[in-house]
Amino acid sequence: MTAIGTQHEYGAHPIVLPPAASTAQDGLDIAPALRLGLYRRLEELRQFETRAYDLFMQQLVKGTSHLSLGMEAISAGFGAAMRKDDYTFATYRGHAHTLSRGVPMAPVLAELLGRQNGLMGGKGGSMHLTSVEHGVLGSYAIIGAHLCVANGAAWSAQVRGSGQVTVCFFGDGTTNIGAFHEALNYAAVFSLPVVFVCENNLYMEYTSIADITAVPSPAADRAASYGLPAIKIDGNDVDVVYRTAADALELARSGGGPSLIEAVTYRHGGHSRADPGKYRPAGEVEAWLAYDPLTNYRARLTRLGVADSELDGIRADVARAVDEATEEAKNGRLPDVESAFTDVWADGGSQWRN
Amino acid sequence: MAQLSYREAVSRGIAQEMSRDERVMLIGEDIGGAGGVFKTTGGLSEQFGRRRVVDTPISEQAILGAAMGAAMTGLRPIAEIMFADFFAVCWDIVVNEIAKMRYMTNGQVTMPLVIKSGNGGSLRMGAQHSQSVENWAMAVPGLKVVTPSTPLDVVGLMAAAVRSDDPVLFFEHKGLYASKGEVPDGEIVDELGKAAIRRPGKDATVLALGLMVGRALDAAEELAREGIDVEVIDVRSLVPLDTQTLLTSISRTGRLFTVEENPRLLGWGAEIASIAADECFWDLDVPIHRITTPHIPLPSADSLEDAVLPSVDRIVQDVRKGVYL
Ligand SMILES: Cc1ncc(C[n+]2csc(CCOP(=O)(O)OP(=O)(O)O)c2C)c(N)n1
Ligand SMILES: [Mg+2]
Repeated sequence: MTAIGTQHEYGAHPIVLPPAASTAQDGLDIAPALRLGLYRRLEELRQFETRAYDLFMQQLVKGTSHLSLGMEAISAGFGAAMRKDDYTFATYRGHAHTLSRGVPMAPVLAELLGRQNGLMGGKGGSMHLTSVEHGVLGSYAIIGAHLCVANGAAWSAQVRGSGQVTVCFFGDGTTNIGAFHEALNYAAVFSLPVVFVCENNLYMEYTSIADITAVPSPAADRAASYGLPAIKIDGNDVDVVYRTAADALELARSGGGPSLIEAVTYRHGGHSRADPGKYRPAGEVEAWLAYDPLTNYRARLTRLGVADSELDGIRADVARAVDEATEEAKNGRLPDVESAFTDVWADGGSQWRN
Repeated sequence: MAQLSYREAVSRGIAQEMSRDERVMLIGEDIGGAGGVFKTTGGLSEQFGRRRVVDTPISEQAILGAAMGAAMTGLRPIAEIMFADFFAVCWDIVVNEIAKMRYMTNGQVTMPLVIKSGNGGSLRMGAQHSQSVENWAMAVPGLKVVTPSTPLDVVGLMAAAVRSDDPVLFFEHKGLYASKGEVPDGEIVDELGKAAIRRPGKDATVLALGLMVGRALDAAEELAREGIDVEVIDVRSLVPLDTQTLLTSISRTGRLFTVEENPRLLGWGAEIASIAADECFWDLDVPIHRITTPHIPLPSADSLEDAVLPSVDRIVQDVRKGVYL
């Protein structure tokens, strides 16, 4: 069946290839220690998500979950560039964004497992990770809404004069919902300190974004409508993301208003747990698997003279930490049933009558 | 003591809270310079400045999202949704985001915000500008819902709503904006979750909300002339619900009538009828009776709208019939 509005069979859309691997960004001015930190973060996100996937397969994680495998460079780069008290708004695909703000792995894994020691005591789950003390003001599962909410946090920072910047992540598919457009106009009109980051992984759930979007670059091509410059970057290069993030954060912090950044990337797996991702044309997945943010970065660090032993050490450290976090999460007990009745209201309870 | 209109009471209540607490902000369409399409926010922009009284684009999701994000991070915003019908275009933010965020995060965030909105019919505005939607809100765990019927209640409940650390949907009745009432000078703070007995009586309990309170009182006067002594209770707050006041009255009179402007199915009175059936069934002398708008969209023509909204006559007839059962 040919999809309406396209000239091809479902799943037979033109392949979008990654950029050719290059050494051009090796020379970016980023301190060696920072680069090692970025590498560590990429390892953490990769190994965490792989573990989360395994736990699904063992049916220890119920429900659904959306992984950032292949997309780690975006949250890692932003996490490193953000100030400790900046705010993050993420989506249901938010494990990486949460960890990138320094939230420990164990409570996040425990939340996936529905345990009492989970980040939200098992009341939020994979799609709603939140850690206010780390500036993670939530992960949201209704497409588009959180762009509007992010504006509110940015407005509050502006009113309070706190200098905090809000960073809001979302996908390419999100650029076609009304809330995206309301939020961008609103942020621009009030010059809010907010950075909107479109993680363009080329697909919404099971449909190519190119097939259902009027412009080729779903976010960047819309920027002009809100008086913003079009910024489109390689979302698989953590150094590029870090630099772009630092500039946008600085602009927002100094009163220059919002930015809209389109970071092009690719997910290694399907949309969510159950999706084999078969709608992606032959050749595309392989090309993007070969343009992997983690292996590419490790190769850069090697070119820059970092010893393999040091990189292996980091990888092993992270592996140990993921194992420990898994144990801690698995050892958590199930939440008390009474906890289902707490925190509907600010008084801690759920009473609706006297 | 001053005579204030209901609409003036809205701005009086907001001004009281904005003067007291500089974290209180007001945002919405045409609310600042223009003073609101219903003139409920007149003078606030002049008094508090455009930094705190913000004219927004026609972007209901962006408005409520801004209120929510701000409430999560230290402000106490009041947002206006011009007509309550427009909740339908931003219901996601209300239902999926504002109402659930505290719960989903296990209490990590607090949501001290108020959404004020012009609700209800009687102004001949047709099906998209006349709905009573308080029962939509009542159906969602995590939202507090109030509907003042007098200028004094407007001020006091607005203050209570602003001071609440939970999200409150504050339904102003459009048909009452021009009505007047005494409002004492000085600070006025009411309480969420308290019903008010507007007219004590011993033969029947009539529960009403918003515009219907006045109609129920008029009906009670007429019934009094026939020797039927009706207790009229202004429910005021649907969540939390003052079941104590309601059930005490129902048990005492043995007869329960609700007067609801919302369309029939799952109107707020249905929930109260169910609670009464559960908890004071043996005190009831006659079946519970709900007087509602039929299950139809509201027509525009004055004759038609008058025919379908609960009227004084219909309340009189239905209560009379019920009492003599
Ligand atoms: C309002 C709304 N519509 C539909 C969905 C179902 N849904 C969940 S994720 C998704 C795809 C989103 O694509 P994109 O924004 O590109 O993000 P990605 O998952 O690729 O990161 C859809 C349609 C939803 N959650 N919310
Ligand atoms: Mg996508």
